[in-house]
Amino acid sequence: MSLSTLLVLADGRLPSGAHAHSGGVEAAVSAGRIHDLPTLESFLVGRTATTGTVAAAFAAATCRALTSGRSGVGTVPHARDEATPSDGDGARLAERVAALDDGIDVRTASPALRVASRAQGRALLRAVTRIWPAATNPAGPNPHHPIATGIAAAAAGLGPGDAALVAVYGGLTGSASAAVRLLGLDPYAVHALVARLAPECDRVAADAAARADDPVDDLPAGSAILLDLDAEQHAIWEVRLFAS
Amino acid sequence: MRPDNRAVRIGIGGPVGSGKTALVAALCRLLAGELRLAVVTNDIYTTEDADFLRRAGVLPDDRIRAVETGCCPHTAIRDDISANLDAVEELEDRLGPLDLVLVESGGDNLTATFSKGLVDHQIFVVDVAGGDKVPRKGGPGVTTADLLVINKTDLAPLVGADLGVMARDARARRGDLPTVFLSLVGEPGAAPVADWVRERVAEPHHTPRDHDPAPAHTHGP
Ligand SMILES: Nc1nc2c(ncn2[C@@H]2O[C@H](COP(=O)(O)OP(=O)(O)O)[C@@H](O)[C@H]2O)c(=O)[nH]1
Ligand SMILES: [Mg+2]
Repeated sequence: MSLSTLLVLADGRLPSGAHAHSGGVEAAVSAGRIHDLPTLESFLVGRTATTGTVAAAFAAATCRALTSGRSGVGTVPHARDEATPSDGDGARLAERVAALDDGIDVRTASPALRVASRAQGRALLRAVTRIWPAATNPAGPNPHHPIATGIAAAAAGLGPGDAALVAVYGGLTGSASAAVRLLGLDPYAVHALVARLAPECDRVAADAAARADDPVDDLPAGSAILLDLDAEQHAIWEVRLFAS
Repeated sequence: MRPDNRAVRIGIGGPVGSGKTALVAALCRLLAGELRLAVVTNDIYTTEDADFLRRAGVLPDDRIRAVETGCCPHTAIRDDISANLDAVEELEDRLGPLDLVLVESGGDNLTATFSKGLVDHQIFVVDVAGGDKVPRKGGPGVTTADLLVINKTDLAPLVGADLGVMARDARARRGDLPTVFLSLVGEPGAAPVADWVRERVAEPHHTPRDHDPAPAHTHGP
């Protein structure tokens, strides 16, 4: 694994549209559920344990599907060139990734969140195909965000655990940063919170990597009903600062 | 139709309230009869804005797309242009070939400019009510925009703004780049800007750009 490449992908400045998504924070702030540091903390803990864990698992599984034929995953950036899949492998790969994409669909109750996830997936793919033009994308132009994250990690020469970490950590920092912007919270205090929760991201990512070959139906399926309900409301607001 | 079948993309930036939306509406009114055009707005966008553009600009709703910028209007036009590119491409796909796409930025400060990955040309709009020192302050918007618009000249006597000073400072900051003074409440309104836009659209080859996403390679059946 290349740590510096992992940082490129996890950097909030990667132009992948993330800054315009609040991970549900804008709606939760408006509903009065997040208004200070403790309420932000419980939101982030809950989000990481549900949506974050699902995203990590599906990003890891997608990355695994794309890199399983690669020798020494993540250690040699272009090792996959030696392991170009045969047609049969290609079909199996496309089938697995399509099943993973469907798996996110059925785990995302809110239609607005499905749209938001595909918009983020499309934006991330746009960045990936510009940064790593040899990227393999068996998922079509509008994959769900975790699927695109797995594709991105594979394209960058990273492995399933890295993909999972990018997914769960990106969800955490994206939401935390939205809260800073919406509530004017002390950015040091919020980053102290992020630092406290970061080890949980490691744990979630390790778990996701360990299950990356599991059947789709066995992968995590946690969800938070208020995230779904809030997202539906948020999508019909007249004035929104964040896309989701 | 343009050689590469893509509309000319013009960004309209500048501080809040300087008249960007009013300029977009005036341009739509002047150009909608002769050019196939669409608008992407990054402003905090209400149904009133849409109504305004529809009433004032002869522009149906389906030719306007609003983009959320997550409280960071400058990020959406400069550092992470993906949502704007997505909106522009969606309009082009849905409406068929276009001649011109106007992208209005969310109001920001004097340092916010558009990425060349998003637009081919940019207009920066300031107004005389913001003070006649604005051109002297410079900043990337005033200094580098392809066209500087100094709007609301009708208000100059009311706010004690010296248009001569503004013209002199703009020339000092911008060298040969053009500056126009406008009042969108009177005549000739946006006509000089519309002429400038027509010239940009008529240019045989706009700056070639390479941002259009190459479809990722697909394995499988
Ligand atoms: N007096 C005067 N008012 C103007 C002019 N242009 C725009 N306005 C007004 O200025 C206000 C802000 O304009 P708007 O286009 O919404 O600004 P934006 O925030 O840059 O999009 C509106 O009330 C406009 O009607 C002008 O040339 N003269
Ligand atoms: Mg406006």
